[in-house]
Amino acid sequence: MSVTDSAPQPEPDTDLETLRARLAATQGPAFWRGLEDLAQTPAFQEAARREFPRLGSVLAEAKQIGAGKTKAQEVSRRAFLTVMGASLALAGLSGCATQQPQEKIVPYIDPPNDSEPGKPLFYATALNLGGCGLGILVTSREGRPIKIEGNPTHPSSLGATDAIAQASLLSLYDPDRSQAVIHRGVPSTWDDFLNAATAQMQAEQATGGAGLRFLSGGILSPTLAEQRQALLAQYPNARWCSYEPIGRENMQAGAQMAFGADVNTVYHFEKADVIVALDGDFLLTLPGHVRYAADFGRRRSVRKAKVDLNRLYVAESSPTITGAMAEHRLAVRPGEIEEIARALMTTLRNGGVSGSFSATSATQSWIATLAGDLQAHRGRSVVVVGETQPPIVHALAHSLNGMLGNVGQTVTYTPPLEAVVEGQAQSLPQLVADMQSGQAQTLVMLDCNPVYASPADLNFAASLPKVAFTVHLSEYEDETANLTQWHLPQSHFLEAWGDTRAHDGTITLQQPLIAPLYATHTPYELLSILAGKLDRSNHDILRDRWKQVYQATGASVDDFDLFWRTILNDGVVANTALPVFPATLLPAFAGSPPEAARAQTSQPSDPQALDLVFTPDPTIWDGRFANNGWLQELPKPLTKLTWDNAACISPRTAQDRGFTDGEVVILRYRGRRVEAPILILPGQPEGVVSISLGYGRTRGGNVGVGAGFNAYALRTSDAPWFGTGLRLEKTDKRVSLAITHSHHTMEGRDIVRAATITTFQHNPGFVHDHQNDPERPESLYPEYHYPEYAWALSIDLTKCIGCNACVTACQSENNIAVVGKEEVLRGREMHWIRIDRYYEGKNMDKPNGTYFMPVACMMCEHAPCELVCPPGATLHNRDGLNQMVYNRCIGTRYCSNNCPYKVRRFNFFQYADLSPLKQLMRNPEVTVRSRGVMEKCSYCVQRIENAKITADKEKRLVHDGEITTACAQACPTNAIVFGNLADKNSLVSQLKREPHDYSLLSELNTRPRTTYLGKVSNPVENSGA
Amino acid sequence: MRPWVEMQGEIFYREDGNLFYWEPYIRNTNALYPLFKQVGCMPQFFRSYANTGMRIGMLGVFAGPVVLGFALMGFNRSPYITQVGLPKGQPVQFSHEHHAGALGIDCRFCHTSVETSSYANIPPMKTCMTCHSQIWVNSVMLAPVRESYASRVPLQWNRVHDLPDFAYFNHSIHVNKGFGCSTCHGRVDKMPLVYREQPLFMSWCLNCHRNPEKYVRPESQIFTMGWRPPANQATLGPQLVKQNQIRKLDDCYVCHR
Repeated sequence: MSVTDSAPQPEPDTDLETLRARLAATQGPAFWRGLEDLAQTPAFQEAARREFPRLGSVLAEAKQIGAGKTKAQEVSRRAFLTVMGASLALAGLSGCATQQPQEKIVPYIDPPNDSEPGKPLFYATALNLGGCGLGILVTSREGRPIKIEGNPTHPSSLGATDAIAQASLLSLYDPDRSQAVIHRGVPSTWDDFLNAATAQMQAEQATGGAGLRFLSGGILSPTLAEQRQALLAQYPNARWCSYEPIGRENMQAGAQMAFGADVNTVYHFEKADVIVALDGDFLLTLPGHVRYAADFGRRRSVRKAKVDLNRLYVAESSPTITGAMAEHRLAVRPGEIEEIARALMTTLRNGGVSGSFSATSATQSWIATLAGDLQAHRGRSVVVVGETQPPIVHALAHSLNGMLGNVGQTVTYTPPLEAVVEGQAQSLPQLVADMQSGQAQTLVMLDCNPVYASPADLNFAASLPKVAFTVHLSEYEDETANLTQWHLPQSHFLEAWGDTRAHDGTITLQQPLIAPLYATHTPYELLSILAGKLDRSNHDILRDRWKQVYQATGASVDDFDLFWRTILNDGVVANTALPVFPATLLPAFAGSPPEAARAQTSQPSDPQALDLVFTPDPTIWDGRFANNGWLQELPKPLTKLTWDNAACISPRTAQDRGFTDGEVVILRYRGRRVEAPILILPGQPEGVVSISLGYGRTRGGNVGVGAGFNAYALRTSDAPWFGTGLRLEKTDKRVSLAITHSHHTMEGRDIVRAATITTFQHNPGFVHDHQNDPERPESLYPEYHYPEYAWALSIDLTKCIGCNACVTACQSENNIAVVGKEEVLRGREMHWIRIDRYYEGKNMDKPNGTYFMPVACMMCEHAPCELVCPPGATLHNRDGLNQMVYNRCIGTRYCSNNCPYKVRRFNFFQYADLSPLKQLMRNPEVTVRSRGVMEKCSYCVQRIENAKITADKEKRLVHDGEITTACAQACPTNAIVFGNLADKNSLVSQLKREPHDYSLLSELNTRPRTTYLGKVSNPVENSGA
Repeated sequence: MRPWVEMQGEIFYREDGNLFYWEPYIRNTNALYPLFKQVGCMPQFFRSYANTGMRIGMLGVFAGPVVLGFALMGFNRSPYITQVGLPKGQPVQFSHEHHAGALGIDCRFCHTSVETSSYANIPPMKTCMTCHSQIWVNSVMLAPVRESYASRVPLQWNRVHDLPDFAYFNHSIHVNKGFGCSTCHGRVDKMPLVYREQPLFMSWCLNCHRNPEKYVRPESQIFTMGWRPPANQATLGPQLVKQNQIRKLDDCYVCHR
């Protein structure tokens, strides 16, 4: 970037100290994309210069890779020439006339009631994710679910989704899913299981189920909860244990501490002017995060007419997207958060004196600024704590919220969502003890993978064979399935009936979109079997339960059918949000400052020891989505890492200890060890190593096995989220991490434009104060005229939280292929929309800001790509779209070379999976691209054309808001707005008239249709924090 | 060509100038000797007609590929490839001539979604049985239909009109804008077994997309078989184009996505 061009050192250098000096020497605001960008290493410059690496270098690399492989996989010059010769010879043949293959038309026997061939149907259902249900609408084409969107009437969704919800579609069509009952490693049948289970349960009946144990995750389903109660009544001596790798034990214990009862905290960010998040990643991991992101985004609105900006303070122990959105971010050791919460409380009580707290000046000033702000916004602020923090911090937050008068305003409490509440944290160790002692005779594991995901100190795997009869119901034949006697295949949620609760308790019914693809069943059915009712179907269980609920309200049974259809249609059961729970703070947290014991000192006794933090993985969560290619290839929001996890450390720590990116180190922690690659991450607190859960799978599908390392191997039950005493040891190994942030770079031209609110108010057009921004220059090309439609996109950088929902939504809508780690390493990922992440500031350890910028095809008015395509495969159309015609493309890649935004993607190989199972999943409105074809964002032209056909039939124009692109539809914060520029009143036209609207690389006079609203933040001026 | 003697002088006079010494040598070694002897001089390797051959050959080298190209193009446009006019066998010899022509059943009786969806719809087996559970109930010809309905295994029809997979065609918009069935499908009411009347080339599509006024019909005529542009189509067409708000759509994205 220009910043580093002016740096004193002429020679590129990767030495961190040099980089530090170089960054400090820059003039003006410095935006940088990553450390490679700063370093301008030859490798980075080469990658920047060539969007796609040279064939020669790829072949050489392939040869290196091939060294350890068989001869057949190696690409030699001779093999290359052979293949090329054959390809050229055969290329002629493909032009030869051939008869069209004969297609068959298979009609229905009886037509389905409400479906019309060629028209999609939408069904409301829900998926369970991160501790609450997310209401979704699933698009079905001819009986096949092909796309997931948010349900606008669902309180946790409001029409938006997240990346995992979008990608859960792929899991349905995963060929690695468990497909048959396995008994001691041998395929068996459900009938055999029924016989065995019936006999075993009869034996248990004699003792009242004294040896019967259940293990499940959190139970959000009211029906499943009732089944559980009934089963426990039938077997009074049985025990039900609950374990979620990313659960809410700390939240629960914190509520117990503060209120004496477990509560579910519901936040109302739309009412909050000041938000404090203490390791509380409410934009990506907190239950209800999609809704929270929407509420947060609503208060990040910067318009000329009205500015509505909240202010976010974040103290966190590893970088999250919530931290990236913060005006005032503090990177601290995880143990310091408690001290910060205490200091904040003391400061608020004492009015400005932070007591005996000895912290760095940055932390002190952060607390002082925050305390002042909170005082000024009583009842309009909110304190959020994440699950990773211990109970005391949650209790302090409850106390703070109570003290600030936020309860009832920005924070409400309800009874807990989950049915299993009693002693969650202790239940798993108790279970393992029972297994060890032989007390547990029968163990039923519902939709969980304890062998992989339970704390390492419990040694679940060793205890499992001691149980006489083990049953495991799961979607994958995973690590646990391998050690159980009966592994039962579980239905995907799109194949199953069920019900679940939203973050506020609202119940949604889950309905199947497709009959189970394999002989799979649901937890409902398994519990019914164990209760001795063998013949009840999944549908009957749900419907009967809801019939009882309906009758209990006193309504007539005759109306039940209508009620049933209504709740299925709406995707929510009206008025089922949990009532407000009158939580009153216990005296210890209500009046005087809490007298609880001070946390252990944050300074470790061993100066070499580091803090270790476990984080939920932003893509594959706790590992349950490890076999999902869309999520594996999705660049993680901050690290931009794909197909791996890594030990993230700060540049300072790396420099002090001499670690470099990709270097494999041994993590020694409490007598356990794993090997992990180092990833240097700006914004990571010093002395803290973050590792994400979910990788290092050994079983459970070909996609996930072998990726990353297993963080659970270091996780113990006494410190599930962080601890100190980690030591790193060097090895001589290195691995290549497939990090995408140096791909498709625009070489540091002035891409991101940001200002504070004060600047914006004085100078709303701050984005144009730039030497490279000319007035609309003259052009040799004729002006286009768009009387009816001129499609355009506006992306609000103030609202974008970088959550990746748009990337996966696009992948699903447009049949975008997964390419694998090797190809990502070569910069060949196929995502049509990418989210660039930039850092700003002169301190690489503590960047002032982190910025996200979604970039897809800009749909230039003067598109450089159009001019250079020899066969005319990319052209301008009447709506101003830059068309990409696959059947004309001959693969010269000239267009991509000429694209300044680097948004075109080339199919170097046959990336698209053409297997019959994957064909079911494809959007039939979008061509599946083959090898040798260029592709790019089309503004979801299939949606545009269908909307135009509908409008044309009604002899009108497409209304504003009638259609939107997949990315805009998925976006929780409405950062992306799609519409018609020819309609001067459309929302997108209004946004483009905003003073802080700017286009990327406008000096090139490409006149993009996609423009950006500059990022405006709302810091406390001169705070020093 | 020079006479033999001259040639002799040039080539073979080297020794002593005497042909006598030369002749046995030729006789023994050269198989062409009898020929030489007969004509008295060495024959031309290429006769005069070789020139013509050469010219044709040269022409062939340059024109051949062109001709071959045209031949392939012609082949590509031949009914063998386009299947125009070639009736296709079907599991049941369903006659559109009988149903649509003789009985006068409306297209939409079976092709129900033609006005609302991109697909016109191939009728479910139930539609066949609506009538054929009442009439021709014992017909041998209809046995596969009855069997299919009873066994719940649908018949598999051979598709006649099949656009490439990268072309996204929508029936409903065409029908709604005033383009009749027979414009593309031909006189189905005269086809005992349906065949393609049109080659379904892109140029054929574009012909109408660029000149819709030539083919647009009044709303009442859309499902009329055998509709021909009336004498006043030149004035009626543009009127209908205006009235139905028909655009001349020839952008790639209209059909290719």
